[in-house]
Amino acid sequence: VLPSEVQLIAPVVDDIVTLCQAAGFSPRQCRLNVPVAVTEALANAMLKGNGNDGRRAVRVGVEIANGRLVVEVCDEGCGFDLEAAGRTPADADWLESEDGRGIFLMRQLMDRVENQCPSGACGHLLRLILHQA
Amino acid sequence: MSFSVERADDTLIVTVEGQLVVSNRQEFKQRILDGVEQGGRIVVVDFTNSGYIDSSGLGALVSLSRRLRESGGDLRLVGLNEDLRTLFELTRLDALFPLFATRDDALAPR
Repeated sequence: VLPSEVQLIAPVVDDIVTLCQAAGFSPRQCRLNVPVAVTEALANAMLKGNGNDGRRAVRVGVEIANGRLVVEVCDEGCGFDLEAAGRTPADADWLESEDGRGIFLMRQLMDRVENQCPSGACGHLLRLILHQA
Repeated sequence: MSFSVERADDTLIVTVEGQLVVSNRQEFKQRILDGVEQGGRIVVVDFTNSGYIDSSGLGALVSLSRRLRESGGDLRLVGLNEDLRTLFELTRLDALFPLFATRDDALAPR
């Protein structure tokens, strides 16, 4: 469990990458896919889900089994429609816009990205899934 | 992540060490904007010793590029490894930034 402070993202990402390296994920997955996608998920949870409020928590769960990484990131926000969210390079202002590429990158770098909207004590949950290359 | 900024005439050379991500994008952007305010017009960002970049880092580069183009300048990127090139290709941002292999290439007269 982390407070919503972006400075705390890198150590968590490093820990997850270390687990992936030990589990035999490819060097490229460990250099690119995992760190970028997990950084995006945590930043999204802290800045969007929790509104950059350091008092609100982000929960992170990691499971690696049978060559599959599953990272679950849960914030205290109300969630969003993942299918409708996220911009793509086809958008007219894609090359000029400063923000809005996070979900696109997660989708490109993971095998699957899914979410669940608020229920119980945990708010919005984003799940990243990557199979070992 | 750390970075250094060197200036020669109207050119800023920015060397990035480590990741350019959400936790340091603002400092990165501000350091370059300060250099631009002091007369920098061509900004060369060297990623030779860099790790990954997230969407916040990419966004900072997009924003800086726009700011420089508006004032007749240019943002040029150097030393992208295969992973970083993949990020720019996936996001199609390779169409926005001139990408160069070396600093000399980026600074060659054009």
